[in-house]
Amino acid sequence: MILKIEEKGTVVLIEVKEERLDAHNSGELKTQMLTLFEEGKNDIIVDLQDVRFVDSSGLGALVSGFKNASARNGNLKLCGLQHQVKSMFELTRLHRVFEIFPDSTEALASF
Amino acid sequence: MNEKIEVDIKVPNQTRYLGLIGKIGEDIARTLKKYKGDREELAYHLNLVLTEAMANAIRHANEGNPEKEVHITITILDRILNIKVYDQGQGFDVNALPATPDFKNLEEHGRGIYIIRTLMDRVTYQKHAHGHVLEMEKTLI
Repeated sequence: MILKIEEKGTVVLIEVKEERLDAHNSGELKTQMLTLFEEGKNDIIVDLQDVRFVDSSGLGALVSGFKNASARNGNLKLCGLQHQVKSMFELTRLHRVFEIFPDSTEALASF
Repeated sequence: MNEKIEVDIKVPNQTRYLGLIGKIGEDIARTLKKYKGDREELAYHLNLVLTEAMANAIRHANEGNPEKEVHITITILDRILNIKVYDQGQGFDVNALPATPDFKNLEEHGRGIYIIRTLMDRVTYQKHAHGHVLEMEKTLI
């Protein structure tokens, strides 16, 4: 899977450069986030602007990242959700769990 | 004339084929002659239920064995959309899963079947000759 990872001060911005985040590739995102946590980088933004489709495994990977970040007194925030992707968060009530921003600039400013 | 569409496809038991099957579901939603609802929403939902059902078959029923295969049929007749996903495994107890996930405790897993049940009108999981079949049906508007 293609992930663009950039450090913005103490925050790490992960841009998911894939059309789908699903049972095929979401494990790689989860592993990448675990690597960042092991390096002590606990404040993460996941930018989903290129993602057109998310399934329950994709949501599961983001939940995993959120829980790990919180357990380390960090935070995982989301941005750039397309309309249908946002509906998935609403269907599974995860929109009440994650802080969701329109774009990475606003997400960065919130830390 | 009634619109009748039948798609019958078999793919190896590997998650790399999820996108292909999901795309077929999307294209069907966009092609339907008489559908009056939001086509892009239906496209996403068909992509999603196919992806979820197939991922379940690959991971849980066929236990990730790449030598096995997943057989999918999609039929639309008289506004009834029927999807069957056949696996070659021992099956799992679909009724043992909670009807709704535990929203309070933030679990990583357990949303797939909930999503299918929410988006489709009728969902069953039964034995067939060489494994099990997850059948989903929905009346289209």
